[in-house]
Amino acid sequence: MQRNLMIKVLVIVATVLVCIFGVIGFPTSMEGLKANVAKNIRLGLDLKGGSHLVLQVQVQDAAKTIADQTIDGLREDARTRNIVIAGYDRNDPATLADTDSIQVNVHGVDVAKTQIFRNLVTERYPDWILTPVNQNDYTLKMKPTSLLELKRNTVRQSLDTIEKRVNKLGLTEPTVQAHGDPATASEVLVELPGVDDPARVKDLIGTTAQLKIVEVKNEGPWKSQEEALGAKGGILPLNTELREYVSAGSSGGWYLVTRTPVITGQDMRNAKPAVDPDSPGRWETSFTLGQDGARRFEKFTSANIGNRLAVLLDNQIRSVATIQSTISDSGRINGLGSQEESSDLALVLNAGALPAGIKYLHQRTVGPSLGADSIREGIYSGLAGLVAVIIVMLIYYKRSGLNAVLALLLNTVILIAALAYFSATLTLPGIAGIILTVGMAVDSNVLIFERIREELRSGKSIPAAVDAGFGKAWWTIVDTHVTTIVSCLFLFIFGSGPVKGFAVTLVIGLLANVFTAVFVSKVIFDWELSGKTQMTELSI
Amino acid sequence: MELFKNTNFDFLGHKWPFIIASLVLSVAGVGSLVVKGGPHYGIEFKGGMQLTVKFASEPNVEKVRSVLTAALPSAPSVQSLDAGSNELLIGTEGAEDATMAKNQQIIMETFAKAFGNPGSGKLDLNNVSTSQLANRLADPLQKAGVQLSMQQIQDVAAGITAWRDSHGGLLTKIDDLKGVKDLTPQVLNVLNAECYLAPYSAARNFESVGPKAGADLRQQAIQATLLALAGMLVYIWFRFEWIYGVGAVIAVFHDTIITIGLFSILDKEITLTVIAALLTLVGYSMNDTIVIFDRIRENLHLGRGSSKGPGLGEVINQSVNQTLSRTIMTSGLTFLAVLALLIWGGPVLHGFALALVIGILIGTYSSVFVASPIVLFWHDWADGRKAVAAPVAPAAPAKPSTTGKVKAAR
Repeated sequence: MQRNLMIKVLVIVATVLVCIFGVIGFPTSMEGLKANVAKNIRLGLDLKGGSHLVLQVQVQDAAKTIADQTIDGLREDARTRNIVIAGYDRNDPATLADTDSIQVNVHGVDVAKTQIFRNLVTERYPDWILTPVNQNDYTLKMKPTSLLELKRNTVRQSLDTIEKRVNKLGLTEPTVQAHGDPATASEVLVELPGVDDPARVKDLIGTTAQLKIVEVKNEGPWKSQEEALGAKGGILPLNTELREYVSAGSSGGWYLVTRTPVITGQDMRNAKPAVDPDSPGRWETSFTLGQDGARRFEKFTSANIGNRLAVLLDNQIRSVATIQSTISDSGRINGLGSQEESSDLALVLNAGALPAGIKYLHQRTVGPSLGADSIREGIYSGLAGLVAVIIVMLIYYKRSGLNAVLALLLNTVILIAALAYFSATLTLPGIAGIILTVGMAVDSNVLIFERIREELRSGKSIPAAVDAGFGKAWWTIVDTHVTTIVSCLFLFIFGSGPVKGFAVTLVIGLLANVFTAVFVSKVIFDWELSGKTQMTELSI
Repeated sequence: MELFKNTNFDFLGHKWPFIIASLVLSVAGVGSLVVKGGPHYGIEFKGGMQLTVKFASEPNVEKVRSVLTAALPSAPSVQSLDAGSNELLIGTEGAEDATMAKNQQIIMETFAKAFGNPGSGKLDLNNVSTSQLANRLADPLQKAGVQLSMQQIQDVAAGITAWRDSHGGLLTKIDDLKGVKDLTPQVLNVLNAECYLAPYSAARNFESVGPKAGADLRQQAIQATLLALAGMLVYIWFRFEWIYGVGAVIAVFHDTIITIGLFSILDKEITLTVIAALLTLVGYSMNDTIVIFDRIRENLHLGRGSSKGPGLGEVINQSVNQTLSRTIMTSGLTFLAVLALLIWGGPVLHGFALALVIGILIGTYSSVFVASPIVLFWHDWADGRKAVAAPVAPAAPAKPSTTGKVKAAR
C-alpha cells in the first residue's frame, strides 16, 4: 500500500517536472526564463498583434491566360498549315465560380480544311474539347481534368509566390498556407506577426506583378481612352490595346500598344532598386534578362531603333522609352516615387508574378498596443478570478480545499505545457477554453468533496468516506467530461480557426483534469490518511 | 463550512414561476431579435470594415461622427467602446476590398485633418510606422551630426515604435521617449524638431471582411455548434435515456437563445469571441445538467429494492437537493471568475465575459427548472398513456428501463 502510494507520488512529481520544463526550459537567468516562456507559449495574432489575411486566388484569370495563349498558338498553327480562319475570341468569366465556363470561339473555318483543323486541335491542344457550332464555327471547351489541374497549379504557384514575397520581408514566423474547403481550395491564409505597416504589405502581396515590355505604336498619347478610341474610329488595329501611363499615381495619357509582349517578367533576373540618374529624387528598378529573353530583346530592338517601348506592370504603363540602340541584356523601370516603391517592385519581380489576381476576403490587423493591453488585462483579470476561487475553496473546504487548489494549479500547468509541447497557438477563444477547463476542474473537486461530506454524514469512517466519495463522483465526472469531449470533436471537425482553437484547448484541459482532480487529489488524500493510524476528523 | 446541509426544497413544486420567467425571457429575446432583424453581428460575420481609434482624452463622438460623415461616401457607425477607455469603434459597411481600403484611407486622412496637425509639416509620431519614421529621420539626423547607418536608424525607429506600443500606443509627450533604450539626447532633439503627437492613435485594430467570407464563417459556426449539440444528445441517450438527452439539449438551447436575446436587447455585438463564450456556456450548462441527471439515475437505482419506490418527481427533487451544494459552489465560483473578467478584462474580453456572466446564471437554473421538468413531463405523459392502455399501472414509473441502463453503465 505504502509502496503503491510512493509510485503514484513519483508519477505526479515527474509529470509536474516535465510540464514545468516544457514551459520554462532550463533558464539560467530571469531574462532567459522570460525568453523561454515567450518561445514556448505561442501567442495568436489577436494577443500579440499582427496581420491576418485571407485571400482568394482568382483562378479564372489563369483560365483566361490559357485561352489567350491557345488563341495565339492556333493562329500561328493555322497560318503554317494554310487554314483560313476568319477570327477568334474567348468568353470572359468574371468570377471564380465561372472558371469552368472558359471557352474559345473559332469563327469562319475554311470548310475545305475542316479535317486538318480538327486534327490540329486534337493533336496540339489536348486540354480542349472541340465542338462544332455549325459548318464554319467551332467552340473549344476545357476538359474537366485539365481544368482541375489548372486550378491546382494556379493555387500552388500563387502560394509559392506569396510565400517567397512574404519571406523576403524578414518577419519572424510568418505563415502562408492553403485555407478553407479543400474541395474548392482557392484560398490562402497569410499571418504576419508584428507588421506595423499592413497596408504596404497587403499591396506587396496583392500585386500580380505581371510585367511585360511591349511595342508602342507610333501614335498618341491621348488624354483619355475615349479620345484614343475616337482617333482610331472606334476600332483598334489587330493585336493592339490601349493602356494608361501611370506615374506616381497620376495619369500620363493613353498609349496604343501591341498585345503580344516582347519580353515578360519570366525573362527577368536579378531586379534591384537604385536611384534614378535622370530625374533627381526619383527611384528606379533595374533588371537583367535571361539568355532566351536577351536574344529576343536584342533581335527586337535592333529591328526597331527609333520606335518606342513601354514597360507594363499589371497592365499599367510604368515607363515609355525610345529605342536608341540595340539593347540585349538589361533594362530599367524608372520614375518611381520612393525607395520603398522601387525596392518593393524589385522584390515582387524577383519573387515572380502571380499566375492570377487575388482578392482579399478577410483582413484583420491587431495593433501591437492593443495586443499588449489584451494580454495584460486578460492575465490580471484571470488571476483575480483565480485568486477569488482559491480563497473561497480554502474557506469552504478548509484543508481539503488545498487539495483542490493544488489540483487546479497542476491542471493549468499541464494544459499550458501541453500547448507548448504541441506548438499550439494560444488565442482568445483558447483562453475561453482554459476558463471552461478551470470551471470544470473546480466542479470535479466540488463534486468529490460534497460526496465525501455526504458519506461522512451517513456515518462512514474517514477512509471509507473518501473512497466512496471518489468512487461515486467518478461516473459523474466521466459523463460530464465525455459529453464535452464529444462536442469538442464536432467543433474541431466542422469548425473554423477560432472554434477549433477553443476545442483543442478544452480537450487537453479536460484530459488533464481527469488526471488532476481524480488521481492527484486522491493521492493527496491517501497521503494524508496513511500517516495516521486513527484519524478522528477530516478537514473538509 | 457548509451552507446547504440536508436541504429539502420542493423545486419541482415551484417550477411554474421559473418556467414562466424562462418563457418571458425567451420571448423577449426572440422578440427583440425579430424587431431588430436578427442578431447584431460583429464585423467578422456581416462583412465590412471596422477600426478602433484610441484618444488621449474622452473623445467627442459627435464631432468624429460629423467629420467622418462629411468625408465618407456613406455614413459610418461610431460608437464608444468602453467607458474610461477613450476608444472609438468606427465601422463602414461596404463590400468590396477596394472600397474598404479606400474608406480606411479616407478615415485616416480625415482624422489627421480634424485632430492632428498635418499642416505643420511634422510627422505624427502616434500614427507612424517604423519604416516611415526611419525614412523621415535619416536626413535630419545626418544634419544634426548624428552618425548612424541606415540599419542603426531603423533600429532606433523600431525602438521608438516598440516603446510607444508597449505604453498603450499613445504618447502624450515626446520627452517621455527618454525611457527608450539607447536613445541619445541628440536623437530626442531631432525627434522634437521633426515630429509632433496627435491626440489619437488609429493603429489599434483594423478589420475588413468580405460579405461572402462573413456569411461563410457564420454558417460554419452555427453548423459546428448544432452538430456538437447533436453529438451530446446521442451520448446522453446512450448513457441515460433519450428523453434525458432531449431535456439537456433543450435546456442548453434555452440558455443560448436567452443569452443571444439579451445581447440583442442590450445592443451588444455577436463577435467571434462571443461565439467562443456561447460554446463555453453550452459546456457549463450541459455539465450542470448531467451532474443532476447522474444523481437522478443513481437514486432511481437505489430505490429499486423497495416495492413501492418514490415517484420520479420525488426522486428528481431529492437529487436536485442532494446536488444543491455542489451546484451553488461550482456556479458561484465560476461566476466569480467571469465577473473578474467582466470588471477588469478590458474591452476585448467584454463581450466574452458578459455572455458568460449571463450564461452561467441562466445555465445553472435551466438544469433544475428546464431540463428536469422535461424529463418528468415526458414520463408522466408516457405513463398516463400506458395507464389508459393498461388499467394496472406499474408502481414506480420509468424504473425498469432506467435501472436496466444504469446496470449496463456501471
